[in-house]
Amino acid sequence: MFRSSKIRESQGDRLFILGIYALLTAVLLVILLPLLYIVSSSFSSPQAVISGRVWLFPVEFTLDGYTAVFRNPQIGTGYMNSLIYAVAGTTINVVMTVMLAYPLARKTFYGRNVIMVLLIITMIFEGGLIPYYLLVKNLQLLDTRWAMILPGALAVFQVIVARTFFQTTIPDELAEAAELDGCNDIRFILRIVLPLSKPILAVMSLMYAVGHWNAYFDALIFLRSADLFPLQIVLRNILILNTIDPTMVSNVDIFLAQQGLKDLLKYSLIVVASLPVLIIYPFVQKYFVKGVMIGSLKG
Amino acid sequence: MTGITEQSIAAPRLPGRKKPVRKSAYKRIRRHWQLYAVIALPILYLITFKYVPMAGILIAFKDYNVVQGIWGSPWVGFKYFNQFFESPNFWLYINNTLGISLYGLAIGFPAPILLALALNEVGNGLFKKSVQLVTYAPYFISTVIMVSIIIMTLSPNVGIVSKFFQWMGVENTNFMGMPGLFKSIYVWSDVWQYTGYGAIIYIAALAGVNPELYESAKVDGASRIQKIINIDIPSLIPVSTILLILNLGNVMKLGFEKVYLMQNPLNLQTSEVISTYVYKVGLLSSSFSFSTAIGFFNSVINLILLVSVNYLARRLSSNSLW
Repeated sequence: MFRSSKIRESQGDRLFILGIYALLTAVLLVILLPLLYIVSSSFSSPQAVISGRVWLFPVEFTLDGYTAVFRNPQIGTGYMNSLIYAVAGTTINVVMTVMLAYPLARKTFYGRNVIMVLLIITMIFEGGLIPYYLLVKNLQLLDTRWAMILPGALAVFQVIVARTFFQTTIPDELAEAAELDGCNDIRFILRIVLPLSKPILAVMSLMYAVGHWNAYFDALIFLRSADLFPLQIVLRNILILNTIDPTMVSNVDIFLAQQGLKDLLKYSLIVVASLPVLIIYPFVQKYFVKGVMIGSLKG
Repeated sequence: MTGITEQSIAAPRLPGRKKPVRKSAYKRIRRHWQLYAVIALPILYLITFKYVPMAGILIAFKDYNVVQGIWGSPWVGFKYFNQFFESPNFWLYINNTLGISLYGLAIGFPAPILLALALNEVGNGLFKKSVQLVTYAPYFISTVIMVSIIIMTLSPNVGIVSKFFQWMGVENTNFMGMPGLFKSIYVWSDVWQYTGYGAIIYIAALAGVNPELYESAKVDGASRIQKIINIDIPSLIPVSTILLILNLGNVMKLGFEKVYLMQNPLNLQTSEVISTYVYKVGLLSSSFSFSTAIGFFNSVINLILLVSVNYLARRLSSNSLW
């Protein structure tokens, strides 16, 4: 009796696991196919894309879309600006986050609970858009590069993640022993804490850098000059608002050619704009999963 | 212990008990003076960029004008709050905000759990790794690109989805221009983008389940489904409760970026939410006080929601934020 029921169940199990594999394969395809379609379209001729002949692989292979992307001066400027904001912003972010998180991780740091409460308050309550805008305006930061870096100089969530990491990986005894040996706090941070925290620093840098690369809201409200625009604002103008500056085009032939290329350019642009993040991602993925887990410990 | 004797000996010279306590605080600060120097800059940042804007909420109760500034502008009490409550679109914006949030929660909350449960069944092979690698990837696509992908695939005539429907014999439709579809497009594209990332935390929780539980379940002849129901799901409850509280407590905080990019004149009826309205009223038509009042109202509702959901969770289960 027991044996027969066991056999029946394992058949059910086999069917069940088959269903699971089918489901996951479907999920895989649903995510992969649109991405593949975009990449393939970016390498296909405009006619093939418009007439719907592109499904999975490039049709009438061409690099015209990419040539158009690299010829567009707005995209080049946006790319450079985004690189500047991402590199400078991430550097400041990581330094500031460690500066705030490490003292809060020390049990002997007087006043840490008060500062933690102040931190948590900023997570559940905020001033809102207009006071934020007026502050940046009053600090004379409107329409400057600083507006893209200073207002978001640290993310409270990342501070809490880093603090949890420091608390769980760097034992108090180590700090005390170093103190007895005459190592001061700043030296301890530079020589001991940072080298031991490479995983969390990698995750934090990735999260901050992706954040800067993908952000458009601050640029939308703080920037007016086109030469300061990050890539995402340029993308929005081209991809969503459908504006390619006609003054950029010198004669009618090129203009008509660009009209034909417009769709193609969009696909190529999506690929080019996502490239930096997607290239780094597989290398940091291992750390990245770890970082998300540490963040989740504290809810 | 010796401290007590010293204190009692020194008592005549010291005014009361306060001194030793203060001295110890001073000592503790002096011990880590370098850390205070280190933390000073981030604290200055927090005060400037987080707390000063909180004080700026004052202008919701004032008639803000640039000349007189935040402090000099005249008080008007709840004028702008009333203006918002009485505006004909008040309920429309609330409904749109809540509608998109709750719809998103209903689909977007269970989806990562299901994905994690499914991935947990297939073993740590190449298949699992590739599914994970691929499903996480869309998380890194920027909102601007995500929305343009949505618009491009749905655009009439040329978009791939439109072509598919035409091929099926359905008439050419402008999906982005249909108010009734806005919520679904928003929610399902979010599911596409964030399910993989959201599953990470549940996969980690499942990896932490004691393997002995599975072994004894096997000995008892439990089927896979029974194992999922009796071992996997209970082990996910603490994490999922916390995340549910956070999500429910943030339903009014529906993000600006994606909604704003997905808006067009045809779908505004269902796509105008509080955050986009605050932006338009405040920065595009410069009604600073009115916009701040709406934002403040929204934050307060949000805070009340978060506290009450957390209270409920604490009463009903042992899992809560605080």
